[in-house]
Amino acid sequence: MDTLIHKRIKQVLKGDQNAYSDIVNSYQHSLYHVCYRIVGNQQEAEDIAQEAFVRAYINLHTFDPKRKFSTWLFRIATNLCIDRLRKKKPDYYLDAEVPGTEGLDMYSQIASEERLPDEEVERMELKERIHYEIGRLPEKYRTVVILKYIEELPLQEISDILEIPLGTVKTRVHRGREALRKQLGDV
Amino acid sequence: MHERLDGEISSEHDRVLTEHLQTCPDCQRHMDELNRVVYLVGTLQAMPVPAGFTERVMFRLPKPKLKSGVQRWLRRHPILVAAALFMILMSASLLSGYNDRSAFSVTEHPGMVVEGDRVTVPAGQTVKGDIVVTNGDLVIDGKVEGDVTVINGKYMASTANVTGQIEEIDDTFEWLWYTIKDGTKKLFTFE
Repeated sequence: MDTLIHKRIKQVLKGDQNAYSDIVNSYQHSLYHVCYRIVGNQQEAEDIAQEAFVRAYINLHTFDPKRKFSTWLFRIATNLCIDRLRKKKPDYYLDAEVPGTEGLDMYSQIASEERLPDEEVERMELKERIHYEIGRLPEKYRTVVILKYIEELPLQEISDILEIPLGTVKTRVHRGREALRKQLGDV
Repeated sequence: MHERLDGEISSEHDRVLTEHLQTCPDCQRHMDELNRVVYLVGTLQAMPVPAGFTERVMFRLPKPKLKSGVQRWLRRHPILVAAALFMILMSASLLSGYNDRSAFSVTEHPGMVVEGDRVTVPAGQTVKGDIVVTNGDLVIDGKVEGDVTVINGKYMASTANVTGQIEEIDDTFEWLWYTIKDGTKKLFTFE
């Protein structure tokens, strides 16, 4: 698949815009799905996934063909998702780290959707519930958990996409798993 | 436990963990719950992409400009572009000189008579130096010690008493050639 994608990239760079539709077709499912799980709703997920493809197209000449295209594309998309999540909440005083929670700031604690009443949570179907609980994870843990367990990417690739050290990815996966364990304790 | 879940556990740690879990129900439950989380998250199915997604992306792409081909070519051939630009500027400066040549002008020397666009070197007079007449006629009855150039005009001499070269120019290319020659000469003599 990578050979085909690199061929298409060359065609696009030579001015053949239509060749880009093959690239979009190849990655739209995984990209849209990741965006959907991170931002939590379909409308925004489509908007961000489209924006990611448009930005990738505009900046295609900066893509290093020796690297994996999907990593580059996912980096654009996850950055857009994270920006979107941050814009939703005022962040002027929330960037300060909460003491005793490495890498966890106030705003990642409230970044998740508002907590629903217990009765409503109990009425959810299992899949709906899992989606809801992932959405309640702090953004930092949510992103790595989604890339690891929904997109099933290797830790090293997640580290490349998010441009954070491998050790940090591992820590966030561990914490994300533990947080979900507690949140899903009654399931 | 997380080492195992990450699939990065050494066989030594794996053995220790297995032994411990067999004797510790709390940790066993913890491990089971973590495994269950991983399993549950993995059951989330892919959301189908909304219909027409690719079309909408393609529609949002910036339209390829007609110019883009030209721009790309220009970017690839900087030396040709520089040479072409040089040629354009050169010819522009030369031709702009040609285009406002309609005005009459003459290099003034003592003893020359100018009537309208007709310059006369009267009989008995000697002009020392080069004479250039533009858009006018030159009549030499006397003597010129130097070159004579007439641009877009007639050169008339009853007795050719000119020590230097005589040139008559009324054609664009000749004029161009003259300007280049003159320019080069000036360049080398630092006039």
